[in-house]
Order: sequence, then structure tokens, then C-alpha cells
Amino acid sequence: MEFKDSQAIYLQIADYICEQVLLNKWQPEERIPSVRELAVQLEVNPNTVMRTCELLQQQEIIYNKRGIGYFISNDAVKKIRQFKKDSFITNELPTLFRSMYLLDIDVDELKPYYEKFKKSNFK
Amino acid sequence: MINIQSLKFSYRPNRPLFEDLSLHLEAGHIYGLLGKNGAGKSTLLKQIAGLLFPDGGTCEVMGHKTAKRQPSFLREIFLVPEEFFLPKISIRSYVAANAPFYPRFDEQAFYSYLKEFAIPQDQQLTNMSYGQKKKVIISFALATNTKVLIMDEPTNGLDIPSKSQFRKVMAAAVTDDKCMVISTHQVRDLDNLIDSIVIIDDHKIIFHQDVGTVTDKLSFKLLAQLDDRLPILYADSSLRGHSVILKNENMEQSKIDMELLFNAILSNRQPIQELFN
Repeated sequence: MEFKDSQAIYLQIADYICEQVLLNKWQPEERIPSVRELAVQLEVNPNTVMRTCELLQQQEIIYNKRGIGYFISNDAVKKIRQFKKDSFITNELPTLFRSMYLLDIDVDELKPYYEKFKKSNFK
Repeated sequence: MINIQSLKFSYRPNRPLFEDLSLHLEAGHIYGLLGKNGAGKSTLLKQIAGLLFPDGGTCEVMGHKTAKRQPSFLREIFLVPEEFFLPKISIRSYVAANAPFYPRFDEQAFYSYLKEFAIPQDQQLTNMSYGQKKKVIISFALATNTKVLIMDEPTNGLDIPSKSQFRKVMAAAVTDDKCMVISTHQVRDLDNLIDSIVIIDDHKIIFHQDVGTVTDKLSFKLLAQLDDRLPILYADSSLRGHSVILKNENMEQSKIDMELLFNAILSNRQPIQELFN
């Protein structure tokens, strides 16, 4: 995994785990790889992965079964979408809107591009 | 785990290297020891390993004074030196001769590390390149399972793919009961592996914080323009823009830039240190 310079590593790992869930690669009630397995795979300190897991547990996206490991919560997808939506609206939309305003692009004009993007990436 | 109190040391009279140096390191962490050339990184590591003795103060590892070099201490510590000598024998003979000193040596793990590093197992040690020898020593060090593992510039001489392999084996090897100390100039090789930073300069430890605390107090950013209204503590300007360290006033979670932090602390230590007091 290629890390960006702009955000703390433990948050980037949280994004990675959430993405696996949103893409249905990791299903609800499924056990995720152990802290050590993730640390080795991502080449980071296990304490960093631990911090990610504590955050996701606090957000109730994963839960801990003592002695077994972390599992994806039943309503993880719903929870992740809520968190991501809030962050998308406050962080990413303003930049997009600014460009749209400057280039005089209407919201409806974007629809065909969005449909095309969905088709080529996720179908 | 490692407890150094008021350590004094000099190689030559009237040229003190350490004066009143104190440092306390715990198990369960990978410490990055940073410092300029000649600041005393290797000397400090040798003190911890019992290869050099204090002129004053104490250096203890797990309650043992390291200078006494008791077997019960030596079997719990392994030092990967920057420069080393390997005898003209095979890897297997090297293991047969050295592994018995380490009660928890894991031979299976040793050969799996070698495999990970793509080192052929039936070679004479002297017929290997510097980088290959280094990989053998690193593999041996990890396989000893000692409580304290010290590495002096471990990524020096490693080729590009083996730096990634090195990070993988280190991430797999650190456990709650082990203390790892790595001295390095190549922080970018290791910045996601190190969880605590120790900076040595001016005869003592001038900075010792875990990465989480650093990013709670400081924020690392790349700015297009410097702005006087921002709480900038240090800036490094280049064509890409201005790499800056700011006071973290909005609880942002940025990624630590260890090189920038190191330069900032060496050039303008006080305002940063004050934030951590």
C-alpha cells in the first residue's frame, strides 16, 4: 500500500479497512486480519494498526472478540457511509463546488460523467 | 527495560561525548535513535550492549548493569553493528557456533527470514556481498528472540526491494515484551516502523517522544505560501513549496515528517520542546 504524506498513517489504514468493507471484500461478522498480519502487510508498526483498530472500534465499525480478534460489525456499511458522507461534505465538496462555480458547470451536467464513472469502475 | 542515568563518557580526556545523559526505554516499542554524524549514536548503542563502559552514571538493561556483562544479560540482547566481521564459514556453521548463546533462538524463523531476503543458504559468509552479509546478521538477530534488539543503521547497504522486506520482518518481530532500538540516517526507510523518536545531540538526549504525542502537538504540512498568521515553528522551503511544522491547534492528524522534525529540533529546539513540557 502506498501511503500519502498528507494524513496520519493510522487514519489511512482506517480508510483502507473501510474501503474493503464498502467494496464487500470483507463482510459483516467476518474476522479481519490480525493486528500483526496487517502490520506486516502494510509494513508499519503494530502499535499504529492498534490505534486504527481502537478508532474503528470506537466508531462501532469493528468489534473485538476477546482472544479471537476483530470482526466487522453487522451495520458497518451504514456506519462507514455516515462517517464518510460527513467528511466528504465538509472536506471534499467545497473544492469541487469551487471548481464547478469557476467553470460554470451545472450539477445536472455532471450526471452522465458520474454514470460513466460508475460503469467503468464498479460494474 | 533500558535505564540510563546521568551517563558520562569520553573516548579522550577533556573531550566528553556524553555528559549527564539519561534515557528510559520500554518494551513493546521500536525506537528510532537519530543524531548527526559523530553525535554518539553508535557509542550509546554500544553502552547499552555492554561493549563500552560508563565513566560515570549508570547504564542498566532489565536490572543488569551492562558493563558487568553477565551471561544472563548478554543472552537477552543482540546488537547488529554497522560495521562487522564474519568468519570464512558457511551459514550453517555460523548458526551452530553462535545460536547456543541465545536460549530462545528459533532456527526455523532464521531460515524463513533468509528466504524472505532471498539469501542462498549454502554459501560461505565471506563470499557474500556487504548487503547479503547484513541480511544474514539481521535474520540471525531477529531469530535470537532476545528481549532487546539493537540495530545500527540496519538499512545501509540494503537494496530497494529488501528495504520493504526489512520493514515486513520487523513488523512481524516486534512484540509487547521486546524493545527494539534502531539508529538511522535513512528515516524515510523506516518512518512507519518507528513509534518513538529519540534525538541525541550536544552530549545528551534532547528529544524523546512517541510519534502519537508528536502528531497531537505538531502538525506537518506542505504549504504553497507562508502565512504569518499561522503558528509556524519551522519551515523548509523548496520548489515543491514550504514544508512546515505548525502548532497543532485544531487537533488535526497529520503524518509525521521525521526528517523535518529532526532538522527543526536541531536548528530551533526551544519552542518545540516547550510544547512538550
